[in-house]
Amino acid sequence: MSHMMIKTDRRRLLQMIGAGALGSTLPFGMMTSANAANLRIAMVVKNLGNSYFDACRDGANEAAKELGGIEIIYTAPTKATPEDQIAVIDALIAQKVDGIMVSSNDANALVPVGKKAMQRGIKVISFDSAIAKDGRIMHLNASSTALIGAKQVQMIAKTIKGEGEIAILSAASTMTNQNSWIAAMKDELKKPEYAKIKLVTTVYGDDQDDKSYREMQSLVKAYPNLKGVISPTTIGIRSGAKAIMDGGLTGKVFITGLGLPSEMKDAVLKGACDTFAIWNPVDYGYAATQIMASILKGADAGPGKMVKMGRIGETKVGDDGEAAMSEPFTFDKSNVEQFAKIF
Amino acid sequence: MREPVTVSNESEAKSAAGAERYRVADHAPRRLADVLLRWESILVMLLIAVIIGNIVKSPYFLDPYNLADATYNFSEKAIIALVMALLILVREIDLSVAAIVALSALVVGFLGAAGYGPFVLIVAGIAIGGLCGAFNGFLVTRSGVPSIVITIGTMSLFRGLAQVSLGDQALTTYPQAFLDLGQTYFIDWPPVPLSFFIFLVLAAVFAVFLHLTATGRRLFAIGANPVAARFSGIRVDRIRFALFTLSGLLSGLGAVLLTARIGTMRPNIALGWELDIITVVILGGVAISGGIGTIGGVVLAVFVLGLTTFGLSLMNVPGIVINVLLGLLLIISIAAPILIRRVVRRH
Repeated sequence: MSHMMIKTDRRRLLQMIGAGALGSTLPFGMMTSANAANLRIAMVVKNLGNSYFDACRDGANEAAKELGGIEIIYTAPTKATPEDQIAVIDALIAQKVDGIMVSSNDANALVPVGKKAMQRGIKVISFDSAIAKDGRIMHLNASSTALIGAKQVQMIAKTIKGEGEIAILSAASTMTNQNSWIAAMKDELKKPEYAKIKLVTTVYGDDQDDKSYREMQSLVKAYPNLKGVISPTTIGIRSGAKAIMDGGLTGKVFITGLGLPSEMKDAVLKGACDTFAIWNPVDYGYAATQIMASILKGADAGPGKMVKMGRIGETKVGDDGEAAMSEPFTFDKSNVEQFAKIF
Repeated sequence: MREPVTVSNESEAKSAAGAERYRVADHAPRRLADVLLRWESILVMLLIAVIIGNIVKSPYFLDPYNLADATYNFSEKAIIALVMALLILVREIDLSVAAIVALSALVVGFLGAAGYGPFVLIVAGIAIGGLCGAFNGFLVTRSGVPSIVITIGTMSLFRGLAQVSLGDQALTTYPQAFLDLGQTYFIDWPPVPLSFFIFLVLAAVFAVFLHLTATGRRLFAIGANPVAARFSGIRVDRIRFALFTLSGLLSGLGAVLLTARIGTMRPNIALGWELDIITVVILGGVAISGGIGTIGGVVLAVFVLGLTTFGLSLMNVPGIVINVLLGLLLIISIAAPILIRRVVRRH
């Protein structure tokens, strides 16, 4: 216990000496701008040791560096439970941080603590996993249903050069997320540029690897002219890609959809998948921090307002207090290896 | 701390042989070193060190509202720790407490969704906990299987029931009056949350019961030697059954307070609490082999652990590192008195 404190003391001291040395070498103007408004923004994620969230933190630090005068406190509970997350947020409230950005472990359980923070003048927003409406100012979604649906159609159209039969390999038929994305895909397919693309069927792999794999095999047998498959689920796309590679269909049938770079690296490098998409966690942390910074500077992020996200652009907050960051980020041969190391 | 359980012991036997033959002391003679090396004294020193350390390190520590908020995060566990101390004292253990919290919270959640008022929710939550505890007590006293085995089983059973009935859903409808119990201060100044108030009251009740009543004394006898206790006329199984039931009741109370505080119920609620609670009890000086322990020690341990965790969080030390430090604290505080005693005896 006491050892630990001595250690932190030393580290703090070193930091102070370092900062002092750095400060004295900097031009006077730069120093004052850095000291003028030192805002402390906490990023509270579901749990530590998760490379996806570490990538979000990197984005937050990028935004903090770009804006200047912002300190990011990256923290999370040891167990991914709401009780432990509440304790973490309580400690941040006690420190009177300026803003808290949360990926919540439970939408409703964090409402009381979010309210308490806001009553004490701390700005609260959620990203990745929402806090229910009353417990935060706004929630930033990585993307929106329409953007996710449209993106996947655009990717397959590019791969098969705008012509041919395609199918959808979804998760379970009851899943709300996937069903709303499929509806958005069908809307996108109505556009004239996709006139030569024919959606032949939708099959369900129930988000199980073996069932998705078999569904993919039967698709190819049932539709010999099939050129492309969209799988809006990370399990469907990885199993479908494996079925293509195992069945020697690489170059004949292509798969796209929502996947994780670490799981899709082989399929992309071997050519079973040309492009796939998912949100970029670095951008996500960056955008959330940009929004928080502008809220702290007095911007209104209420329903119907536009909020700025730095290099990513701006987005409109919906009536439900939720906003979408951007269309999903595209991965292909050029960047999949780099991102496979992150998530 | 390590005072003998029975009245007749070696030192008194020796003195009885001498001049003071007719004097029978209520307890063994105490020397200053004994008092200083008592577990409680060490905990008091540790607590003072933690408080001073926190005040020095963080300007936010000595704020009544911050401290009151910090108590929210350990009071429910602390309440259950009181009865866990008694169970460990009589050589038993209840690993199913966190699962009982989940099952009680489930019932509270269903009743809340069905539109019942706060009174029904509180009574039902505590009653379900009591039933679960009585079930544990019945199995332990009737089967003769060690309670660690029984409660590992019921831990899976109770939490499993909550998981089966709720799946990945959450119950989030509760009357406002119920939520206010957990989300506002029970006393406004100084700010005291209801859960912390209940903990303080129960701690006093438990301390009086364990250290000043005959039944409390019987618990020490059972812990020291259950068979001998039975031969001296103590109804060992009846007391065991009562303690398991009490453990369930307080877990039910913990479930009520937790649900009111967070306003939601998920099957993973209170996950892993049993180990946090047992940690408090052991740091509080209750011997895992039974027969030794005080409520004062457990209360001190609650504050040492609670304030250490809060202080480290104020410095934004990651939770994983906090766990490592608490583990070290536990090992050091248990090993240190043993080592010191060894050194003292040699001289």
